[in-house]
Amino acid sequence: MNIKVLGPGCVNCKTLEHRTIEALRALNISATIDKVVEYSDIASYGVMRTPGLVIDGKVVVQGYVPTVDNIKKLIQSSTN
Amino acid sequence: MKELIQKNKLSVAILTLPLWILLYVSLEPLTHAIVYSLLSLPQNEHLTNAIYFFIFEVPKVLLLLTLIVFAVGIIRTYFSPEKTRSALEGKPLFVGNIMASLLGIVTPFCSCSAIPLFLGFVEAGIPLGVTFSFLIAAPMINEVAVVLLFGLFGWQTALLYVSTGLVIAISAGWVIGKLKMERYVEDWVYKIKADHIAVEEEESSFNTRIDRGIDAIKDVVGKVWIYIMLGIAVGAGVHGYVPENFMAGIMGKDVWWSVPLSVLIGVPMYSNAAGIIPIVQALLGKGASLGTALAFMMSVIGLSLPEMIILKKVLKIQLIAAFAGIVALGIIIVGYIFNFVY
Repeated sequence: MNIKVLGPGCVNCKTLEHRTIEALRALNISATIDKVVEYSDIASYGVMRTPGLVIDGKVVVQGYVPTVDNIKKLIQSSTN
Repeated sequence: MKELIQKNKLSVAILTLPLWILLYVSLEPLTHAIVYSLLSLPQNEHLTNAIYFFIFEVPKVLLLLTLIVFAVGIIRTYFSPEKTRSALEGKPLFVGNIMASLLGIVTPFCSCSAIPLFLGFVEAGIPLGVTFSFLIAAPMINEVAVVLLFGLFGWQTALLYVSTGLVIAISAGWVIGKLKMERYVEDWVYKIKADHIAVEEEESSFNTRIDRGIDAIKDVVGKVWIYIMLGIAVGAGVHGYVPENFMAGIMGKDVWWSVPLSVLIGVPMYSNAAGIIPIVQALLGKGASLGTALAFMMSVIGLSLPEMIILKKVLKIQLIAAFAGIVALGIIIVGYIFNFVY
């Protein structure tokens, strides 16, 4: 599984990254987490609000920081 | 119990409202009781006035802010940059400027998202002038500024601020559009090809909308309460101690250079609205004129140096200069008009 955290490095982006790591740990799933910080790369995902979360190439979150529980659900629904 | 609350967020929110109203209307008698009975401070003294002002205004503004931020947080779940973008696609210049400015008020926006949003708009072919109308209105007309203006100045001034802010956003965007400055956008911007994959909307039951409202309270009120307290504390000091008409010589309506000067000072100041508005309100009582005060607040809130530095990543310096210059000019004109009318 590949997860990307989109954001130029604002507080919200860091929170999202930490929560994603926490969610993965809780689910005991291993995944690579990439940080996408360049604006041109963020824009190429069609994301206009940061932070954004991309799981296996699919944008699942943009513009808010979901809770750890919500991230768990998002990860689970994309593994199925 | 917790589960019950989770399921019935709407009912909880509605039940909280009477409590809010009760608290709001009892602020004045409560302050009176604290200042004159509990602390038994002498009436009509500078210190008493300053303390009264502080004890009354801080909870009042915070209560108003919590309610409005919650409501705006919910309203914003019905809007998104994506929807705004598709609403603006193919709109002619002037109509596009009006729509973009209005949508700038309600579309979720934070300055950290200014660049992705700009890129998203340009990539979809939204004209530059229309994009700018959005980028001017979104930060300038924000709920924190409007609440503070409403709470401290009254609804007339709040309305005045919103409507003149809209006029500036519409006309400045229109002028930028007419100047045909597309070539001053960094070249790489036009090379972006975004996937227009449908981004999954968050499940939008009313419960999640209420969650977004509560998030907004935590986020906004959690960030600005300290500035509000500081601003009101300074304002209280000004109310109590600065002599009447002290500001008339610097910020009065008969001083012709006061408007451009206050804009010049306001632009590099990146104090947020929460801190600056209570101080300006206090100065208004000391002989500063409304037009000058309005121009100062608009330039502090609407034009910020950090935002321009961020925009440097996507815009060439000529376009940033034109943007800042046109908006500043608009603010100066508004300032003069109000000094002239009032």
